[in-house]
Amino acid sequence: MHALKHLARNNASPVILLLCLWPLGAALERWLNPYYLQILVYIGINMILAVSLNLINGITGQFSLGHAGFMAIGAYASAAGTMFAWPGAPAALALLAALVIGGLAASLAGLFVGVPALRLRGDYLAIATLGFGEIIRVVILNTEAVGGARGFFGIPVLASFGWVYACMVLCVVMLWRLVYSTKGKAFFAIREDEIAAAAMGVDTTRYKIIAFTIGAFWAGLAGCLFAHFIGYIHTNSFTFLKSIEILVMVVLGGTGSITGAMLAAVILTVLPEVLRFGAEYRMIIYSVLLIALMLTRPTGLMGTREIVPAR
Amino acid sequence: MDQFLQQLVNGLAWGSIYALIALGYTMVYGVLRLINFAHGDVYMVGAMTAYYIAHWFGFAGAPSLPGFLVVMLASMATCAVLGALIELVAYRPLRGQPRSSMLITAIGVSMLLEFGGQRVFGPDPKFFPQLIESHSLFAAGGVVLTNVDLLVILCSLGLMVALRWVVMRTRIGMALRAVSFSFDASALMGINVNTIIATTFMLGSALAAAAGAMVGLRNPKIDPLMGLMPGIKAFVAAVLGGIGNFPGAVAGGLLMGVTETFVAAYLSSTYRDAVAFVILIAVLLFKPTGIFGKVTVEKV
Repeated sequence: MHALKHLARNNASPVILLLCLWPLGAALERWLNPYYLQILVYIGINMILAVSLNLINGITGQFSLGHAGFMAIGAYASAAGTMFAWPGAPAALALLAALVIGGLAASLAGLFVGVPALRLRGDYLAIATLGFGEIIRVVILNTEAVGGARGFFGIPVLASFGWVYACMVLCVVMLWRLVYSTKGKAFFAIREDEIAAAAMGVDTTRYKIIAFTIGAFWAGLAGCLFAHFIGYIHTNSFTFLKSIEILVMVVLGGTGSITGAMLAAVILTVLPEVLRFGAEYRMIIYSVLLIALMLTRPTGLMGTREIVPAR
Repeated sequence: MDQFLQQLVNGLAWGSIYALIALGYTMVYGVLRLINFAHGDVYMVGAMTAYYIAHWFGFAGAPSLPGFLVVMLASMATCAVLGALIELVAYRPLRGQPRSSMLITAIGVSMLLEFGGQRVFGPDPKFFPQLIESHSLFAAGGVVLTNVDLLVILCSLGLMVALRWVVMRTRIGMALRAVSFSFDASALMGINVNTIIATTFMLGSALAAAAGAMVGLRNPKIDPLMGLMPGIKAFVAAVLGGIGNFPGAVAGGLLMGVTETFVAAYLSSTYRDAVAFVILIAVLLFKPTGIFGKVTVEKV
């Protein structure tokens, strides 16, 4: 009994969950309508994106609008890796390598963007990160080696339900343990009051860069999963509208709430599909619902709370 | 050299459109500290309204300067109402709530206008009627200055002067400046903050509508998504000049228009969108509050 409690406290449940994912994925792929399966996979990818942006925006309070850019870097870098570096590698190995490449490439970009951008505050940071995201997109658009304006074709389809949800669980567990640790208090402190945090001895620049790099890492990973699930990527999937979509998930979930971001990712991925009955009125209803949700719950669905208590 | 001057003319005309939109962003940001994502779509509605007014009231068949001015003013009035309505429904209920929630309703309104626009106006591009017959006023060497270019530049200039007059010389303008300085203090001084914020939205939306009507003269193809990129670029222009700062928005808009035109002409049109952002980041790195922005000292 004691041993079980010990395991639970040390997040054994995610490990068990992880092991269950592949059989579950296999079962779903066998019996579930592919359309529903695709929505499930999109939910998983959007959860990773929302939770990772939540670390930057919601928890550290750094207003970033460039998340789609990091996602694009992860998607293109990893796709280039699986296509050119080692074609014909075993699937699992190739995807693992791709995930590492995508994540690292994006986190490098995050570091590269984060260091100069952190001189900026608030909305200036927002618009600068938006700019970086757009620059990344235009540069990719003009790079013929990865398809340029035609898009990148023929990426091996390696990612599956199991992989996406395994990454999602890892992402959530890692960020949860990071921000609700003693050190994690520093992120919240920066959000609440940067000057006070600095006065209390928090190395604000260091923590902001950590948030940017880790957030970008997971965005890149999500990009990699996206690329290897669809098999075709185009820069149109990574415009600033995608960044805004992720931002909406973070704010709707409740700025700073990890489980809130996950919940909002589910709602905002499912909602447009559910509204398909509305045909051409679908997106109109969607936008009205978005406004109505925000008006009725101005601090987001979860506020700053978590669905399960953090402690 | 000829091409340089020609591109400069095009850039200035395009830049004054950006400047008009950027002014709206800057004004709203000044009073509410809100990035009004719906502003670019108000500009689209401005162009669409002008299109319909021109057709319904028969200005489309008879090009004339007064006709165009009537169309533009009518479209400005319509969008002023729209702007006030957006503020009333989507932003006013969130006063005093976290700023990010207003940002999301702004995104919601923007999507509503885009998708609603596709439903109401139809998703296909429309061709803006030729309200003014374009002819060249001045041609030296390879440089041509058309009356449309001149009109766009002069009209924008006139609107900017009018705006400056409103903001600096009238009671409403004084109240507007007071509200953007301090919300609470101006409320204590007896200023009706809600009225002033609504007025700000009306002024900003009217300017965007004017930009929409004028862009129809130069680039006649208008569609419900036309506000997307100009909207975001005008915001970048406002930040470039120092957000909340009126001359900054104009300077930023002109700089943006001229640079984009030059990049499209001399480098490649695919890089056009990126260069605007490269300039922005370069400026922000050396001057984090924009060209004319004031450095605010954070009080502890």
